[in-house]
Amino acid sequence: MNLLRHRLFWPAAVLLVLIGVNTAVTPGFLDIRTQDGHLYGSLIDIVRFGAPLILISLGMTLVIATGGIDLSVGSVVAIAGALACLRITGQSDQAETLGVLAAVGVALALTAVLGAWNGVLVARFGIQPIVATLILMVAGRGVAQLITEGQIITVNSPPYKLIGGGYWLSLPLSVIIAAGVFALIALLTRRTALGMLLEAVGGNPTAARLTGVRARGLVITVYVVCALCAGVAGLMISSNVSAADGNNAGLWIELDAILAVVIGGTALTGGRFHLTGTVLGALIIQTLATTIYTVGVPPQTTLLFKAVVVMAVCLIQSPRLRARLRGRRAPRTTPATADRTEPSLETPA
Amino acid sequence: MTALAPVLTGVRGAGRRYLPVLATLALLAVMYTTGAVRYEAFGHPQVLLNLFIDNAFLLVVAVGMTFVLLTGGIDLSVGAMLALSTMISAWLVTVHGWPPALVIPLVLAVGALAGAGMGAIVHYFEVQPFIVTLAGMFLARGLCHLISIDSISITDPVYTDLAQTRVWLGEDLFVSVSMLIALAVVAVAFVVLHYTRFGRGVYAVGGGEQPALMMGLPVARTKIAVYAISGLCSALGGVLFTFYMLSGYSLHAVGTELDAIAAVVIGGTLLTGGSGFVLGTVLGVLVLGVIQTIVNFQGDLNSWWTKIVVGALLLAFIVLQRAIGRRRT
Repeated sequence: MNLLRHRLFWPAAVLLVLIGVNTAVTPGFLDIRTQDGHLYGSLIDIVRFGAPLILISLGMTLVIATGGIDLSVGSVVAIAGALACLRITGQSDQAETLGVLAAVGVALALTAVLGAWNGVLVARFGIQPIVATLILMVAGRGVAQLITEGQIITVNSPPYKLIGGGYWLSLPLSVIIAAGVFALIALLTRRTALGMLLEAVGGNPTAARLTGVRARGLVITVYVVCALCAGVAGLMISSNVSAADGNNAGLWIELDAILAVVIGGTALTGGRFHLTGTVLGALIIQTLATTIYTVGVPPQTTLLFKAVVVMAVCLIQSPRLRARLRGRRAPRTTPATADRTEPSLETPA
Repeated sequence: MTALAPVLTGVRGAGRRYLPVLATLALLAVMYTTGAVRYEAFGHPQVLLNLFIDNAFLLVVAVGMTFVLLTGGIDLSVGAMLALSTMISAWLVTVHGWPPALVIPLVLAVGALAGAGMGAIVHYFEVQPFIVTLAGMFLARGLCHLISIDSISITDPVYTDLAQTRVWLGEDLFVSVSMLIALAVVAVAFVVLHYTRFGRGVYAVGGGEQPALMMGLPVARTKIAVYAISGLCSALGGVLFTFYMLSGYSLHAVGTELDAIAAVVIGGTLLTGGSGFVLGTVLGVLVLGVIQTIVNFQGDLNSWWTKIVVGALLLAFIVLQRAIGRRRT
């Protein structure tokens, strides 16, 4: 019973069922073999291709924990990839490591600026997070198009290719990066008071401010971290295909990320977050995409399926529905939730 | 923002409600005059009419969005619903040979029902509007993919006739059927919002759900109805879009949700709900249209600049709203 109650039980169970289905359909699904000292196999592929989503979802988890949302991650993915590829094609020798590092640095710096922009709009100007990040979601695609001039920029740079397709210690480099970011965020939020402060801001911004939490700074930081995660993911995605596509890179990844966060047990109202759950959620989505291919369902239905799943999970989390199912009248609005619907970070006049 | 403060204190009482609309009107006048001075053909009245003709679908979608934003909600599914309507229309008319007289009401009904469904989830399960309508957006685009990955063209004579019919207003001025439909929608929306009990209810719910409930207003019905209206308007927008493009495609009108929200906000409707005007939305759509026209007339600007300018304007008006809102409290 205790195991059933554990918050990671359901995500883990779903993941295992999906892997089970795959194993039943494709017998060699669980095989992992080494070739030239690199690990290969379907499971490795899931983690490797899922790494960008894991990164974005981790950033999104932090934003959602503060009661916000970031719809602009897809555009940030496109911008980061476009800028890095543009810088690399501008070099005389595309294989030069220092130049690639500089390109990566410039791209990440720009994404940090974009994140700060989102954060300032939300925390300083008090604009609703949905609308604030919606501006960058659409204007950002325009910026990405402007960088690539509407073309798909292709690069031929072995060092850049490493980010998304390289191996280190026989593991895919992208997986190592994602694991590193996860460890860093987990360490910073769970081994210091930072995580608790984030939850305080998400739970009740006014109370958090009155107890001396620097809500504004925290919120801005969280959006910067989210954009940086999206930026690294954008580099991985463009490096994996050695090209930058302003139109399609990271398109609709924001729903995937929100879905991963919600499946992982983090409520959209903020105030609580579960990093491990988010990673499981992202892996579930990636496995689901693989399953849809292996089972032979047309891949176009993926979008449909995800929409249904996100709706179902939101409904399951809805306190009203839970109360209804238990057969008693739901409380209209408790003071705590009433405060949450209108997150205000302003100082009183 | 601080520079605006003395101006704002000067505007008193009811006048402040109209400030964003007046700002939009001034902006529109400045942009139009600039265009007319800079480009020779810009001043021709037909260019002005073309603003309505080319943006008829956006106008209809934005009117629906006005209702939702007035209640303090948001509808991110409008662009996808529009695409879904074009897809269903094209599929039924071209592939299955259904008569347009049957297809168009069906498409409108689908839009209204989908909207009502999302409204019901928002109200009864207290899920945030943005996540419900975001899921709706993906659902609608997913359904488009399910019908067909490729664009389906429409060759039915009813559609081509409606697309090409020009209503002549004089020697060299004409309007399209879509534009007349869009203006009719604006007129109906104006009457409903300002002269009916339901319209007052929309403003009341936006002003505060709890007080509206205590006054005995039908909050549930109002909230579900505004999403249904938005769905209906998106579907109608999709029908007008098929008159314009003569095709159904899953990637039609990507990003329309931002354009619609931008038009409504630039038109003076508060994102927090409770205050705004349908006629302001018309001005907002015209502002977007003028930006597009100027980018076209300039010729050497990339069309991606339109997106960036719209984003920037949206931001400016939201900041203006915050400044006014802060003064009011």
